[in-house]
Amino acid sequence: MHLDHHHDGPAAVSADAHRPNGSRRALRIGLGGPVGSGKTATVAALCRALRDELSLAVVTNDIYTREDAEFLLREAVLPPERITAVETGACPHTAIRDDISANLEAVEDLEDEVGPLDLVLVESGGDNLTATFSKGLVDAQIFVIDVAGGDDIPRKGGPGVTTADLLVVNKTDLAPYVGSDLARMAADAKAQRAELPVVFQSLRTEAGVTDVAAWVRAQLAAWTA
Amino acid sequence: MSRAALLVLADGRFPAGGHAHSGGAEAAVKAGRITGASSLEEFCRGRLHTAGLVSASLAAAAVLGVNPMELDAAADARTPSPALRVAARKLGRQLMRAARATWPSVELDALAREFPKGAHQPVVLGVTARVAGLDAVDAAHCAAYESVSGPASATVRLLSLDPFDATAVLARLAPELDRVADQAVEAAGRVVDHGVDALPSASAPLLEIGAELHAAWPVRLFAS
Ligand SMILES: Nc1nc2c(ncn2[C@@H]2O[C@H](COP(=O)(O)OP(=O)(O)OP(=O)(O)O)[C@@H](O)[C@H]2O)c(=O)[nH]1
Ligand SMILES: [Mg+2]
Repeated sequence: MHLDHHHDGPAAVSADAHRPNGSRRALRIGLGGPVGSGKTATVAALCRALRDELSLAVVTNDIYTREDAEFLLREAVLPPERITAVETGACPHTAIRDDISANLEAVEDLEDEVGPLDLVLVESGGDNLTATFSKGLVDAQIFVIDVAGGDDIPRKGGPGVTTADLLVVNKTDLAPYVGSDLARMAADAKAQRAELPVVFQSLRTEAGVTDVAAWVRAQLAAWTA
Repeated sequence: MSRAALLVLADGRFPAGGHAHSGGAEAAVKAGRITGASSLEEFCRGRLHTAGLVSASLAAAAVLGVNPMELDAAADARTPSPALRVAARKLGRQLMRAARATWPSVELDALAREFPKGAHQPVVLGVTARVAGLDAVDAAHCAAYESVSGPASATVRLLSLDPFDATAVLARLAPELDRVADQAVEAAGRVVDHGVDALPSASAPLLEIGAELHAAWPVRLFAS
């Protein structure tokens, strides 16, 4: 706080890279995707992987409960003061895209209350394939789908699959049981996304969230550069 | 004044957080007080003449330049339910953010500095209207309209009510809405001369009680 030249300035309005006190704010990464694809499980795994090296916080956007936040609290992936639930009025996609003010407040309050943060993860409640985060809210977004939701989702595309900064195809361990063709999913994703990255992961295996954590570290390196 | 600025501010898509609030409709639906279009209309009428009138008067007084700190304290005094005070400040903070991005001004920056966690939403609405070049009656119309449009659109989601029926309810209330806006402007004029005690203090006990119960539900669609 010693660099605090204008601490009486009013709060930031939107995606300003600096906080009112002049310090650089935390990197914000959004996680969206269909219901049950593994967003909360990925957030939990990322917290476990990164919490010893980074100062982290999480914002959840549930549809009508606080279940995601409560799961993260129960699993004790972070201290409770680092997890905030935003109420979304039955429309998580509105709260992450069209009217982002409640989420911006949650992010800023976390930074004010738990001190300097490196990274804030914002999870959207499970929604449809068109739900994406506003650039006014997050700096990068991860779209999480799973192999059990049908292996034609990458082919169908949609804004999440096509434009997310990272596409995660989760639950690869279930592919043999649900008859999903991972090679085909990879080819379809490549066709939709060109050079944008895709990670196939199973949180039930040893490697778990390793690749996604590496991607997050790279985003953070670029943000702080 | 700019009529188009009024449309921007009054637009239901103005990104100021209103979509997550039902204006008491979720509690009223659960309690069986709103079951369809006609009970929605009664609910909205009650809200318009109580919370709506008070909000509209606060907003109009803010446009006339009454001190926002005094108006905010007066709003607190007229809002018995702690849950509703929290909701009003949350919405005020969200509106402040949207307004500062939309109509940048020293006046809004000063308000944000004074109330980092938000002032009551109608007070922020009034200052915003003022900065946008609108008149007291415009701000009063906005506040009065929001007091009924929020519950109407929430009820469409809560009861799967026909959206045409919900919109027709709003249209039927329009003449009353105009009268409430006029009353609010008169009250705001008295506030300029006699201080904030001249503000109306109409209240709806069931809205306050419903808000307290609602805030304690573990599972709900709307924040208030
Ligand atoms: N087999 C398997 N199950 C997984 C994997 N990842 C998550 N799950 C399970 O999938 C279920 C849903 O995971 P969540 O993380 O809650 O999914 P979500 O996307 O956050 O769901 P919503 O927030 O409700 O949309 C849970 O039972 C997880 O344990 C995985 O890699 N493999
Ligand atoms: Mg979840």
